[in-house]
Amino acid sequence: MSYDAQFRVWRGDDEGGDLVDYTVEVNEGEVVLDIIHRLQATQAGDLAVRWNCKAGKCGSCSAEINGRPRLMCMTRMSTFAENETITVTPLRAFPVMKDLVTDVSFNYKKAQQVPAFAPPPGLEPGEYRLAQIDVERPQEFRKCIECFLCQDVCHVVRDHEENKESFSGPRFLMRIAELDMHPLDALDRQHTAQEEHGLGMCNITKCCTEVCPEHIKITDNALIPLKERVVDRKYDPVVWLGNKIRRRPS
Amino acid sequence: MSEIEKHNYDVLVVGAGGAGLRAAIAARQAGLRVAVISKSLFGKAHTVMAEGGIAASMGNVNPRDNWQVHFRDTMRGGKFLNNWRMAELHAKEAPLRVWELETYGALFDRTKDGKISQRNFGGHEYPRLAHVGDRTGLELIRTLQQKIVSLQQDDARAINHEGADEGKMKVFAECTITELLKDDSGRISGAFGYYRETGGLVLFRAPAVILATGGIGKSFKVTSNSWEYTGDGHALALRTGSALLNMEFVQFHPTGMVWPPSVKGILVTESVRGDGGVLRNSEGKRFMFDYVPPVFRGQYAETEEEGDRWYEDPDNNKRPPELLPRDEVARAINSEVKAGRGSPHGGVFLDIASRRPADEILRRLPSMYHQFKELADVDITAEPMEVGPTCHYVMGGVEVDPDTAAATGVPGLFAAGEVAGGMHGSNRLGGNSLSDLLVFGRRAGDGAAAYVATLKGIYPAVTEGQLREAERTALTPFDVATSPEAENPYALHAELQQTMNDLVGIIRKEEEMREAIEKLESLKERTPRAGVEGGRRFNPGWHLALDLRNMLVVSLTVAKAALLRQESRGGHTRDDFPKMEPEWRAKNLICTTDGDEVIVVEQPMIPMREDLLELFDRDELAKYLTDAELPQEVQSS
Ligand SMILES: Cc1cc2nc3c(=O)[nH]c(=O)nc-3n(C[C@H](O)[C@H](O)[C@H](O)COP(=O)(O)OP(=O)(O)OC[C@H]3O[C@@H](n4cnc5c(N)ncnc54)[C@H](O)[C@@H]3O)c2cc1C
Ligand code: SF4
Ligand code: SF4
Ligand code: FES
Repeated sequence: MSYDAQFRVWRGDDEGGDLVDYTVEVNEGEVVLDIIHRLQATQAGDLAVRWNCKAGKCGSCSAEINGRPRLMCMTRMSTFAENETITVTPLRAFPVMKDLVTDVSFNYKKAQQVPAFAPPPGLEPGEYRLAQIDVERPQEFRKCIECFLCQDVCHVVRDHEENKESFSGPRFLMRIAELDMHPLDALDRQHTAQEEHGLGMCNITKCCTEVCPEHIKITDNALIPLKERVVDRKYDPVVWLGNKIRRRPS
Repeated sequence: MSEIEKHNYDVLVVGAGGAGLRAAIAARQAGLRVAVISKSLFGKAHTVMAEGGIAASMGNVNPRDNWQVHFRDTMRGGKFLNNWRMAELHAKEAPLRVWELETYGALFDRTKDGKISQRNFGGHEYPRLAHVGDRTGLELIRTLQQKIVSLQQDDARAINHEGADEGKMKVFAECTITELLKDDSGRISGAFGYYRETGGLVLFRAPAVILATGGIGKSFKVTSNSWEYTGDGHALALRTGSALLNMEFVQFHPTGMVWPPSVKGILVTESVRGDGGVLRNSEGKRFMFDYVPPVFRGQYAETEEEGDRWYEDPDNNKRPPELLPRDEVARAINSEVKAGRGSPHGGVFLDIASRRPADEILRRLPSMYHQFKELADVDITAEPMEVGPTCHYVMGGVEVDPDTAAATGVPGLFAAGEVAGGMHGSNRLGGNSLSDLLVFGRRAGDGAAAYVATLKGIYPAVTEGQLREAERTALTPFDVATSPEAENPYALHAELQQTMNDLVGIIRKEEEMREAIEKLESLKERTPRAGVEGGRRFNPGWHLALDLRNMLVVSLTVAKAALLRQESRGGHTRDDFPKMEPEWRAKNLICTTDGDEVIVVEQPMIPMREDLLELFDRDELAKYLTDAELPQEVQSS
């Protein structure tokens, strides 16, 4: 049941690199990450790759497999033909550090720019009462494992480095939507989503939704509703003003 | 000699899992400057993998629950070997720590009246585990991660900046600590390590170090644990002169995946059983009814009908034996497979498909569905899973003071979370780890802050000599690479894992453990020759070569302590000493190192406080304690 597969893996660092060919054994039930590990143990001891859980739970092992952003631990070898050459390259939207490892600090900076959950004043720990139906919407977004595949695939930054400054990407726009839908969050989120995180630059292509390994409906359930709420607010000067005034004292 | 980056902090937290992050929050809130260090990216620590839930006796589902019941369950689960003071603090403080998470933004599943929902789990008398589907660890780590960011945002606001300020609290991701440093008087002065990404070396000067490095599972072949679990914190504590206890107790989770081979060991959450799943052998029999041990007899259902009724009416029925503590279930599965009644790939069947409607399974166990579908091509709503024991958790760890988390013997050293020992005794109950992280993470942060305050700003110094020594050790794998005797670190690791799996695994025998110790000693000789190709930038071979040193010393403590303890209890099962012995319960085994040598000695347990003893029936205590330890017989009137 074993066979030898042809792999092409990008090897190199920030100064340059190239695709390197390997012939490597594959056994029944294995995933791409298993093959990368076999390369490490037998042919390329210093091949750099991130991983932790090997079960699609931590979002560490993101890479591009035949050009498509995926989790290596959740990509089964049985989805490829035995004679197919499998190309594994690092995420394209982020600067490469070494081999399959990229510098994803962009994402952590964006995370720091989203104001944290603001608990409602006067509610003590243990007093929170929430209906299951109300938590389900934001809960969908909290399934996010921060694999950053959506950040990698979104064309707003994938081909336009210059947009990174003003665009937080689907992962963090979704985080804003999550807080906006949190039944107890006390901050106004809609204005900042548009003005500071570049919600307007998203033209709802849904590429992010397609690659999300958690199957979160990023575009339909987070981005579009957020856009709609922003639009409603924009044309309603009273709500807009009311918010501004309410925000001051905090 | 290379350039070494240097930083100064008040408190250094090694580990960014639940324990480390909660400790960092506490230390920062006490006004200190804090660095958090982690081998992987921020938010990826092992805690992210936890599935089932956090145990806390909030009483939201069954109002009869309270800290006393939780304490009793924890002590029973640990077979009374637990540090009772830790078990007491844990049971009392867990609810507060969970509620606090909601104020940080966590969104748990809810009960009908809007409170945090709680689910059943093995060994817990009432539904007690707060959860978010089967991805509770993700919620925990993300919530704490976001709380850290929120504190950084507060720090920015305090100096009229926008966004986040990292001046008072910073996370150093993909950075591995290889050495702890002490001054002449034996107090902690800092820690030394390397950045995984660049290979650059770094020194953190700090008077207090909190170890929150998690467990040791990567020393075993079949494990639910990730590459991070190389026992670094355990080994650092030993090398710094502190002590480990209970290292013979390693938890084998009863239900890991067994097929396909590449995913063997990956966890199948206990919630499958908590939510109605049952175990069957190849004959279709629910075999757990045959494996209720004497200490638990009378507490579990004796017929399938009663067990099934319990899910609906827990007050009038006893729980099914599938929900016995993990050690019992793991041993039972092991016996069934040995007796030839296993499943095709050497496990047993875990069946929820025939017991619950598909939509309910999808709602309650979404990530299990996903995991089996994508990794094994099994639809758990339509067919049973195949499962078998997998190395999951280490009960043993750094010996600490229960109230402050201060490690034995080294001023300035603290430990919390899986790396700390005592809390879980000989066997941990599911859900009791996540709560342990929060309760003792916070206590460690406060404990470190109180210690730092006593220093009044005068911090122990690090010498240039210590730095050079640490640098030399860290770079050895490059120096030996060209030697003809150089060893492949990956091959050494595979040998170590096979040894531990085969000889110090779930069922242990004297000859096998002696053989294991011999093998480990010879691996210890070979490890310094582990050489690596390539440069220092993100070089996994180098990382593994350095981790091996830690795995070996930790494996030796496990094997040596296991050889000494001549009884079976919790996560330590001796084929040659199958009974639980009250004399042994009164003793802890303490591991230290002298140079390279692992030393294990017995240490008497501190007797349990009177008011805690009174929470149990005398009859039950008599199953665990020696006659001398039992409370005076009360005259019945
Ligand atoms: C699959 C799975 C499911 C589980 N489910 C549950 C559950 O439902 N309920 C429950 O209560 N428990 C569960 N557990 C157990 C629980 O998740 C762990 O015991 C717990 O998360 C450990 O947390 P921690 O904070 O101690 O360490 P971790 O979260 O493992 O974090 C350790 C940290 O230390 C860092 N580190 C280690 N060594 C070094 C070093 N040398 N230098 C720098 N940093 C270092 C790592 O990078 C990491 O950041 C589960 C475990 C597994 C494997
Ligand atoms: S839907 Fe918006 S955020 Fe998602 S990929 Fe398209 S443009 Fe980017
Ligand atoms: S939203 Fe989906 S694709 Fe994006 S980071 Fe989260 S899990 Fe990954
Ligand atoms: S290793 Fe965790 S998602 Fe792939």
